[in-house]
Amino acid sequence: MYGGGYIHDDQKKKTDITAEDPALLAEFEARIARGEKIEPRDWMPAEYRRQLIRMIEQHAHSEIIGALPEGTWITRAPGFRRKLALMAKVQDEVGHAQLLYSAAETLGKSREDMINDLINGKSKYSNVFNYPSKTWADVAVIGFLIDAAAIVNQVANSKGSYGPYCRALERICYEESFHLKQGHSIFVYLATGTPTQRAMVQDALNRWWQPIMHFFGPSDKMSQHTETLMRWKVKMASNDDMRQQFLNMYVPKIREVGIVIPDPNLRKNPETNMWEFTEPDWNEFYEVIKGNGPCNAERLAVRRAAEDNGAWVRAALRKADQHYVTPLA
Amino acid sequence: MKIKSLDPRVSRLELDAVDKQPDAVLKPEEHWETYQVFHQRKRGEKHSSVGIVHAPSAEMALVFAKEQYGRRGETVNMWIVNTRDVLAMDYDDYDVFATTPDKMYRDPAGYKVNDKIAEFKKSNLHV
Repeated sequence: MYGGGYIHDDQKKKTDITAEDPALLAEFEARIARGEKIEPRDWMPAEYRRQLIRMIEQHAHSEIIGALPEGTWITRAPGFRRKLALMAKVQDEVGHAQLLYSAAETLGKSREDMINDLINGKSKYSNVFNYPSKTWADVAVIGFLIDAAAIVNQVANSKGSYGPYCRALERICYEESFHLKQGHSIFVYLATGTPTQRAMVQDALNRWWQPIMHFFGPSDKMSQHTETLMRWKVKMASNDDMRQQFLNMYVPKIREVGIVIPDPNLRKNPETNMWEFTEPDWNEFYEVIKGNGPCNAERLAVRRAAEDNGAWVRAALRKADQHYVTPLA
Repeated sequence: MKIKSLDPRVSRLELDAVDKQPDAVLKPEEHWETYQVFHQRKRGEKHSSVGIVHAPSAEMALVFAKEQYGRRGETVNMWIVNTRDVLAMDYDDYDVFATTPDKMYRDPAGYKVNDKIAEFKKSNLHV
């Protein structure tokens, strides 16, 4: 799951591209234009490094925090097969965080610094995980639709320019396809089940629709210029394009089982061939980013408790002559 | 104020909300060293580099590698190597190989004699 289209960026930390060596910069950009990958110890502009660390790190945090709203349902999964599948999925998400932290580490930020920045709120994660998962049907909606949205984004990013991130995403996308299938399976079983089950999945979609529409971030018209990031193949598709692609693929799959999308204005305009929808509440989106969503405090507190409770294990296993080396790839 | 969760197990932990600027939870190198993982899918195939794990020892690295890189599909064997022990070339030095593809004298395609043979067969030297 989980890397959203929207990546929080503190504009104050932006570095000046014009300060880079023009010859090196030209060579770097030519390499990307030829479709070659950038590898960890290549020369790269400071802004490229900063943007990639920010993006991969937030993606990693999203995987690890995303495991929480789903993990909470493992003990209450209806039946052994669903429980096994959900355990496997949640384990995958945590494994994805490991792959992504490693990819970000190759750019020079240590794993300890990334986790500290997550816990102290300096570094963000996908907004959707600051909403509660109230019923089993939430597991269906997250596994089916949030994972589907993440796949749209991740498949695009896996064609990007940074080698280690692309390689991690290829492995991740392969595993995500199982997540999507298991989410869709739960969704279909509930939607074609008893009236109570149908009502439960409808209620879950009603609550999750807005966070799903938030997932890809604000419209390109509203967001900061992304031209350089596109040229550097850090950002591979615009927020609007990804949202349109997601709606194209998944609105029919929701409607075919008789579940109603809670937006009366959602329709595909036959002339423009584009989806039209009610603009989601972007103020809420920014409030949740700032930390004021329904579950922000709980997510970080649980994450911190996990690190605190594991401290004695890490300390016991630590060796005096241990010496960290940045991983190769 | 203690965290109230929909999940009673979280509520029972009586967690405090994290301060806005807490002390660093993790100290440098608390997540140990890095190991490069090599994975063999089937007998007879080669081991391929698949990624890394963090671990406090080679034995633990192998345990984590099995979990991280072997939980799906086929696996018959894995190696792990401490990243410290890998000596890698710089990408900048690739130019020492720049002319290698042109070294046709190392390539079977660099040896073409059929024209010579055909010419010889047509000539009066051929009996």
